[in-house]
Amino acid sequence: MAAAAALALAPALRVARRDPATETEALLGVAGWAAQFTPGVALEFPDGVLLEVSGSLKLFGGLESLLERLRRGLAEMGWSSVLAGAPTPRAAFWLALAGKQKFIGESAELEPVLAALPLEILRCNDETLAAFEAIGVRTLGELRALPREGVARRFGQGPLAEFDRALGRLPDPRNFFVPPAGFRAALSLPAEVTQAGALLFAARRLIVQLAGFLAARSGGVQRFSLRLKHRDRTATEIAIGLVAPSRDAEHFTLLLRERFAGLELAEPVREIALRAEDIVPLAGNNLELLLEEGRAPGDWARLVERLRARLGSEAVCGIASHAEHRPERAGVIADIGEKQLQLDFGERPFWLLDRPRPLAEIEAVPHHDGPLELLVGPERIESGWWDGDDVARDYFVARMQNEALVWIYRERRGEGGWYLHGVFA
Amino acid sequence: MAGMSFSFAALLDRPDIWRGQVLSRAGTPTVPCGFPGLDAELPGRGWPAGALTEILPAHEGIGELRLLGPALAGLSRRGLRLVWIAPPHLPYAPALAAAGIDIANLVIVRTASPKETLWATEQALASNACGAVLAWPQGAKYAELRRLQIAAEGGRAPAFLFRAPEAAGESSPAPLRIALGTSDGGLAVCVLKRRGAPLARPILLPPMPPAVRSKTHHVDRHSAAPAAARDFFARFVHA
Repeated sequence: MAAAAALALAPALRVARRDPATETEALLGVAGWAAQFTPGVALEFPDGVLLEVSGSLKLFGGLESLLERLRRGLAEMGWSSVLAGAPTPRAAFWLALAGKQKFIGESAELEPVLAALPLEILRCNDETLAAFEAIGVRTLGELRALPREGVARRFGQGPLAEFDRALGRLPDPRNFFVPPAGFRAALSLPAEVTQAGALLFAARRLIVQLAGFLAARSGGVQRFSLRLKHRDRTATEIAIGLVAPSRDAEHFTLLLRERFAGLELAEPVREIALRAEDIVPLAGNNLELLLEEGRAPGDWARLVERLRARLGSEAVCGIASHAEHRPERAGVIADIGEKQLQLDFGERPFWLLDRPRPLAEIEAVPHHDGPLELLVGPERIESGWWDGDDVARDYFVARMQNEALVWIYRERRGEGGWYLHGVFA
Repeated sequence: MAGMSFSFAALLDRPDIWRGQVLSRAGTPTVPCGFPGLDAELPGRGWPAGALTEILPAHEGIGELRLLGPALAGLSRRGLRLVWIAPPHLPYAPALAAAGIDIANLVIVRTASPKETLWATEQALASNACGAVLAWPQGAKYAELRRLQIAAEGGRAPAFLFRAPEAAGESSPAPLRIALGTSDGGLAVCVLKRRGAPLARPILLPPMPPAVRSKTHHVDRHSAAPAAARDFFARFVHA
């Protein structure tokens, strides 16, 4: 049907140009995802994926349960699908092509079912189809009922040989699909998106594909990136890092959701692309033999990732103590779980101020909400001349009027003066 | 009748039911706080795990962290993570290590707003992946605290919320609320709310000031302190 005629019938119709490259990419994406169910995946361009599943049925709990997983996954990736099964790949593909959700286990049952299929599934050109039509042949069965030699002479060996392959009478070797080393998938959005929520919905499709891809390779990723392409060809890159490798689609989605929550989109998004390169081996999880009482201990790595996804990766950190006399260098922000040295310092406060706060000095007495009473000290710290950031201070433990204990020092250089540096909480 | 009284006793034995005069027994596990005088007054003899504990110091610096020191040290040495959410200053590693805390297990979460603080606290509690959660929320409302309490329930982590002393006047879903003051240089622990009879008098913990140490010098480059300063020290240090 011409586009003009179609539009006349349905004015709201959206016409999209068919893009073979995108179709192929999508098919490869589905194949990469489906490889988690069997190592034997073959492609039937432009729209078929063949899975050799007889060896997988037991692992996935039978045909029904396997089909359920396939259907759910395909739907989550946004594809509509027809699933069919047969002892030979060609027969299975033909059933699917004819829109028949049939599963045939025995070769003997194959012939009558295939005989009823229309000739269109041979995917021969329009002229050949018209020629078949002219001699009153519409189904595979009718074609097969014709004298074999005559058919071969008029239409070539092709159609009959195909049928024999479908019945398993001729060999039908296939090249198995080999997944690429890294994961890349893109999705053009049907309409420009400005809302993060809608974006997450679209990204979820790619994430399901990624999770399947990783499961097929028994691998996980520690980082992946989502690229949001805008109308003006600029792009926003969202990089997600994980504490430990994972291939859990729910977890990936959660991290993206947290990231999207704080995302301001300057431009509407037209296309999204998901990329994951360094795939590392990841063993499957064993279930606990005995469930512990109460709530099971949670996953620490996931907590850190969730916090980092929303608050920024700098926001979650550890502390460390270093062999340094200068107080601001002796205790610092560090990576979580940094290896610690056992060091003996003098009396040190639990809180260190970000930067020393100058204190008033009245009649030679430092004041902080009233006069301070010096309890312990001085502890002289004079260090750091070698890096130009040297300090020369006398530290005291002091008591405030309200009995709080603070750590203060007297600057021994320049104009001197008193500073508050810590609080003994 | 005997059977009935038996079932009544069994009912009273439930950990989530407590009578006015008796301290609630441990319905949830607790973490000993390390001060026998205080442990004796807390239901279950310790900080409640899987529940909020509010700590309301009269002001900063009177010993609010030293109060938690023994409990945090014990948890961290068992390899459990201590998550500090939105602390007011940098937790100083040398002092925490000296208090026996394994600082490799200490994690700080810095937030940009009170809302983020509440969110992060809820995540930390709900994850049940922490040994203890310490949070400094700003101006939290009852409903927000209730969310935190629900997130904490059933978990293994004691959750300490440090709040301003004014919060003592507001109602709170936290099963344990403690106000801190000072008395003779020691820490006065006032149990505002617990599962059990209210506690009339504060518990006085011995003074925990930093040990008086002899003058320690860390001098890499010799330089004499000015005479005036030395006089000054004499006035205060030896007063």
